[in-house]
Amino acid sequence: MLFGAPQYLVSGLTVGATYGLTALGFTMIYNTTGIINFAQGEFVMLGGMLSVVLLKAGLPLPLAILAAVLCSALAGCLMERAVIRPVGRSAPVNLVIITIGVSILVRGVVMLVWGKDTFALPAFTGAKPLRILEASVQPQSLWVLAITLLVLGALKLFFSRTIHGKAMLACACERKAAALMGISVERMAMFSFGMSGFLGAVGGAILTPITLTSYDVGVMLGLKGFAACILGGLGNPFGAAAGGLILGVLESFGAGFISSAYKDAFAFIVLLLLLFVKPTGLFGGPKSDRV
Amino acid sequence: MMLRILGLVAAAVLWAAQGFAADPIKIGAVVSVSGPASFLGEPEKNTLEMVKEEINAKGGILGRPVELVLYDDESDVNKAVLAAEKLLKKDGVCAVVGATTSGSTLAIMNKFPAAKVPLVSMSAAEKIVNPVNPWVFKVAPSDRHAAGRILKHAKAQGYKNIAILSVSDGFGQAGREVLKELVPAQGFTLVADEVFGPKDTDMTAQLTKIADAKPDAIICWGTNPGPAVVARNRAQLGMKTPLYMSHGVASKKFIELAGESAEGLMLPAGHLIVAAQLPDSQPQKALLMAYTAGYQERFKSPVSTFGGHGWDSLQLLAKAIETAKSDKPEAIRDALEQVTAFPGIGGVFSFTPTDHNGLDENAFEMVIIQGGDWKILQ
Repeated sequence: MLFGAPQYLVSGLTVGATYGLTALGFTMIYNTTGIINFAQGEFVMLGGMLSVVLLKAGLPLPLAILAAVLCSALAGCLMERAVIRPVGRSAPVNLVIITIGVSILVRGVVMLVWGKDTFALPAFTGAKPLRILEASVQPQSLWVLAITLLVLGALKLFFSRTIHGKAMLACACERKAAALMGISVERMAMFSFGMSGFLGAVGGAILTPITLTSYDVGVMLGLKGFAACILGGLGNPFGAAAGGLILGVLESFGAGFISSAYKDAFAFIVLLLLLFVKPTGLFGGPKSDRV
Repeated sequence: MMLRILGLVAAAVLWAAQGFAADPIKIGAVVSVSGPASFLGEPEKNTLEMVKEEINAKGGILGRPVELVLYDDESDVNKAVLAAEKLLKKDGVCAVVGATTSGSTLAIMNKFPAAKVPLVSMSAAEKIVNPVNPWVFKVAPSDRHAAGRILKHAKAQGYKNIAILSVSDGFGQAGREVLKELVPAQGFTLVADEVFGPKDTDMTAQLTKIADAKPDAIICWGTNPGPAVVARNRAQLGMKTPLYMSHGVASKKFIELAGESAEGLMLPAGHLIVAAQLPDSQPQKALLMAYTAGYQERFKSPVSTFGGHGWDSLQLLAKAIETAKSDKPEAIRDALEQVTAFPGIGGVFSFTPTDHNGLDENAFEMVIIQGGDWKILQ
């Protein structure tokens, strides 16, 4: 019965990394603006779709991915400048609704321009599986895990060592005080949208070789990423990444050992149970004063 | 170009002249030209119009031109019902083609016995013709035929234990029902029955569980992109168990998505995609080649089985009107039931009072994917 366990773990970690990267994007924006950006899944979709489109247009794979990621980061900045900033002072719930609108708009535009088909991207370094501890591992899975860890490390450094990172944290804590200290709150907000576009797109680009992409993959990814965020504790980047991995592994084990028909349910049941016991999430602080 | 326009104008004038000479035969159609099912409905509409023009260019049926009253149901069941009402009550058509999706056909089909007008459906669900409704016919082959074809092949290979892996949408559930019934009924043992979501991106958990049950073959039932992920995951896990796919992936898109991992997969597919490889004696071959050439020339896009359903429904109706020598709905219905060995795109049709689908397992050909293309499996 335990035969499949190593395989379930590997599959779960790979899928979980997707959720984790999406969750990181949520955290990024939440930390500086207090908004939950429901267009986060669309950034992930853009990363994958733009990579495919640019690759088809003749760019080599690394360049296509780089361009796709930069375009998505730009799209993030543009989103903040065009639709969030003009209504900056309104209640967070209005802003959240705007992000939902943006997600529907982006999905619609992508569907009209590139169609409803599903697309694939070649794996970075071949598709021949490696055998590790009775489990088959795609080289692409290793890429995904490595890049996720790298991104996490870079974020850690960014927030603790750079002036911009600290400024973003300051905006999150107290907008007015940060503004009085000479930090441009608006620029930090735009920066955080750009960064979350970047993070989402990186996730989309490195995962597409495994998961395929289409105009509507962002919906489910956004939902799972949000769940991962809550699971790990809203506002904590490391919690978000860990939450994603845990969610992926839970799903995989649930499908393997219990029943694949209820795969999506397991993760959400665990999430709900956890929130009853510890409403701040697994890695959330003891109190949450952000209202 | 000029010549072509002149030709068209001449044809239009001729057609109009005929129109004055005789009342047109009015045939209705309910097709999902837009909306989520448009990838099915668009080739259907294109083909219906192409067939209508071909018939009229040849002088129509019984010397009368065909008029097609086509409504777009926008992939919406309610709009399909309204369109059917309009066709039956206002337009006074003698027969109706449609609908595109099973849901819409099931919603409109009960109106037809009351109106005493025949309906030829282009959708797949077996419930449309089983139990038989005297006024409802269907040209799309049933899941049962596809599943039967796979199991026949599996039996010939000497497989005993079968695992099934189906998608949890309407298509997959219908296939799963049929497989759960046929697999034990034909003497196989069903060793695993797994399911995946239509949007799932990783099926390794299900495949690992299936591998644990040690089946001789796996049957995967779904439409893109799920089965492509299954194919990729199977290769990734290094599984050698033979994998059958359903007819739901019989398009080039599947090979593109699954890439190298599609190699060696087997599936039942309509004759259309392997037309060129058929022996010349095959009754459908000439027709399939002509349809493919005509469609690609005119619409600049590849043919699909769905467009074929449009061809079959309208040509079958034309044939029935010709045999009946009348466009009275009752006469068309009776004549449809008498159609035997009629070569169409989807298969060779033989309707009987108890069989309103008129197809059997031979509507499908077992094909294997080799070198990124389909090959007929002997």
